Amino acid sequence: MKITQGKINELLTEPGCEHNHQKHGEKKNKSCAQQPKPGAAQGGCAFDGAMIALVPITDAAHLVHGPIACSGTWGSRGSLSSGPMLYKTGFTTDMDENDVIFGGEKKLYKAILEVEERYKPTAVFVYSTCVTALIGDDLEAVCKAAAKKINIPVVPVNTPGFVGSKNLGNRLGGEALLEYVVGTAEPEFTTPYDINLIGEYNIAGEMWNVLSLLEKLGIRVLAKITGDARYNEICHAHRAKLNVMICSKALLNMARKMEERYSIPYIEESFYGIEDINRCLRNIAAKLGDPDLLHRTEKLIAEENAALDIALAPYRARLKGKRVVLYTGGVKSWSIISAAKDLGIEVVATSARKSTEEDKARIKRLLGKDGIVLEQESPKEILRIVKETQADMLIAGGRNQYTALKARIPFLDINQERHHPYAGYAGMVEMARELYEALYSPVWEQVRKPAPWEVTIDEDSYSPISPLSPLPQEVR
Amino acid sequence: MAIVTTPQKSVVVNPLKQSQPLGAALAFLGLKGMIPLMHGSQGCTAFAKVVLVRHFREAIPLSTTAMTEVSTILGGEENVEQAILTLVQKSKPEIIGLCTTGLTETRGDDMEGFLKEIRQRHPELDEMPIVLVSSPDFKGSLQDGFAAAVESIVRELPQKSDRRDACPTQITILASSAFTPGDVQEIKEIVTAFGLKPIVVPDLSASLDGHLEDSYSAITASGTTLTDLRQIGSSLFTLALGESMRGAAQILEKQFGIPYEVFGELTGLEAVDKFLQALADISGHSVPEKYRYQRRQLQDAMLDTHFYFGCKRVSLALEPDLLWSTAYFLLSMGTQIHAAVTTTRSPLLEQLPVKSVTIGDLEDFEQLAVESDLLIGNSHTAAIAKRLKIPLYRQGIPIFDRVGNGQFNKVGYRGTMQLLFDIGNLFLEQEESLVIGH
Repeated sequence: MKITQGKINELLTEPGCEHNHQKHGEKKNKSCAQQPKPGAAQGGCAFDGAMIALVPITDAAHLVHGPIACSGTWGSRGSLSSGPMLYKTGFTTDMDENDVIFGGEKKLYKAILEVEERYKPTAVFVYSTCVTALIGDDLEAVCKAAAKKINIPVVPVNTPGFVGSKNLGNRLGGEALLEYVVGTAEPEFTTPYDINLIGEYNIAGEMWNVLSLLEKLGIRVLAKITGDARYNEICHAHRAKLNVMICSKALLNMARKMEERYSIPYIEESFYGIEDINRCLRNIAAKLGDPDLLHRTEKLIAEENAALDIALAPYRARLKGKRVVLYTGGVKSWSIISAAKDLGIEVVATSARKSTEEDKARIKRLLGKDGIVLEQESPKEILRIVKETQADMLIAGGRNQYTALKARIPFLDINQERHHPYAGYAGMVEMARELYEALYSPVWEQVRKPAPWEVTIDEDSYSPISPLSPLPQEVR
Repeated sequence: MAIVTTPQKSVVVNPLKQSQPLGAALAFLGLKGMIPLMHGSQGCTAFAKVVLVRHFREAIPLSTTAMTEVSTILGGEENVEQAILTLVQKSKPEIIGLCTTGLTETRGDDMEGFLKEIRQRHPELDEMPIVLVSSPDFKGSLQDGFAAAVESIVRELPQKSDRRDACPTQITILASSAFTPGDVQEIKEIVTAFGLKPIVVPDLSASLDGHLEDSYSAITASGTTLTDLRQIGSSLFTLALGESMRGAAQILEKQFGIPYEVFGELTGLEAVDKFLQALADISGHSVPEKYRYQRRQLQDAMLDTHFYFGCKRVSLALEPDLLWSTAYFLLSMGTQIHAAVTTTRSPLLEQLPVKSVTIGDLEDFEQLAVESDLLIGNSHTAAIAKRLKIPLYRQGIPIFDRVGNGQFNKVGYRGTMQLLFDIGNLFLEQEESLVIGH
């Protein structure tokens, strides 16, 4: 995949993305094309984004062509596998000073051959980095030559960190799949109920909560892009009847181009919150257009909802009326509101960074008139808003975990580093339990109370600690 | 004594080493009022931040110059300038630590020139110390980057002083990346007990130990203060803890004529004895009763645990300074070093009393560690321990599957006991499981 300014512009102005609708001139796609600000930028680079999108392909080797810092987080991404563990192995050319001076192409070529010889991967994904892009290593040529030699696919992923944000990297990862993987093999058989899931990375295994539902309905996921995926299933993705985009605008380019090339329609759905899962299942069934399937879907939804109501009841009683501030981005800013509302929790503020106009409209509808919509805020500002709104808790990405804890505020992590699956009906119970655990932990009382020698008045304010009582219902 | 080998291969599999910029940032985080600034793409900072946050379970102040493709081609001066101004305005740091990355070093940004021109354009920065360190990630490892940052700190910040003004109780302690915040805390306590005033560079015990502050801070809330750093020139002596601190100690000797001694290890009876004797000599104080008593406790613990350590084969995957001190401690208990894998060159490696040391990755470690009784390494070695069915004791960076990394202490008599009990229990558990099994 040649990375050119044209390619990047095309991805940044993705016509399927609503960010690019109804806007003209300079205002167009503001949030996609935003340059990171020196001294203020927070977040990953394009290389990181491409890794997030592709590393969940479990039976492939993921080889980083660059110096060691780019491999700093190998093996610790949150997506789980039901089989092969090769994706957890960190491969890098570990560029040294000599390689920088004399070029790294030969080293890369040998590295690909060594990986194939010692680890027998189904395919090798090779990622360029800032340094190897800067010294002009020809990634495509090396991958092509190596593929010819070892006879397995070697996919160049040309996303040096400096080309842009994590989000752009996601898209470039998707482009690599479109160009080198999708459509390169045929499935053994197809069914009228074949779909692809796009943009679901199986963080903490949460995709499995949904796959079990789809299985019950007789819907086959032909290609998981890319959570718990095998390389070959992505080759078959062009034969699906429907693309289901999950909670993500990032791989929209992929869904739209597959519609163009293979006439596969796509829908955008969320797996978080009861209403959203219900709608997701209904929409999939409706798009596949089988009356019997629709009927079975309604039946499953009714059963699952009834069971869920029982499982959630004890949590709802304790979570009702709690106030939370939600600080996340894009689709999650409304999909999590909907999940919180299902539990009786009031979202008093949420962020709308990276959100489209459509997302924002949804946020407004869900939030009510008093809700505060945040943009990019500093940790200090987030804390101020928690205080001002008298919120009980902050729900955000792992980066803000210690912002909250250090201020003695309960916290729930909803981003990719977390260890708990929140998707699907089972995920709702998990989320409710985590929220309950965080809000009702006896530690808050203790860490907020001043030491006895710091108390000047009100000697009688001592109260015994109330322990976290176990809840009767446990549905896993 | 050891033969040092570097396997000839083109691909590194499951890297053991972490990068130089990460090490430099970690060292900077031991200074008060600090925000480290990485000159690279935003990902360089994001990756380092993830590792540090997961290891220490702390909010980590860390910023980026956010280099883009265009600024990389045109040169990064504008980004460095904008980043510094933004940080000064928004976070109000007392000091900025500027580290380079592979990206900007490959491009060849003239950092000293940049800073000079930025200072000329912005006289408002006159009072703002900016410590610069060259830390490309295509060279060295975390330990090297950490050491390079400490060298920059002691080269740039201490003020000229006359040896006749030397403070008779003030000593400088340079603590390498092998020491945890908990270690540094123990060292400070020991040194203070001798009536000495230690200035620790960098003082991670105050910034990354894990404690609650009263309000939010975008910079490090504590650590070595700028005032103390300025006064290092008046110290009586430098204690360099970890071989990688020798360079910084030599800088202080050259600039201020301060004598120094390097202590490669502070774990194990003899190592601690030697350290306390040195403190007694420097301070003129005799060894406090508290430590005499702890010494007896340690002797007792050694007797209790030696059954389990004797002739056990242990494989180590650690950075050179930590490898050295851990190996010496284990050898002092009658344990054998079955394999030693490390990250970067160090004069210590050849001197290690083992057959061979490999500068390599965890693929090498997995092959070499077969048939050992215990592995010691970071959290990435957990998968290997599982595959080889060998127990693991976690040391080094990153450790993300255990809590309490900030407070862990392995130095002094007390820390040595902790290590004896921790590792002794692992050996004991193995033995007991055999007994139960039969």
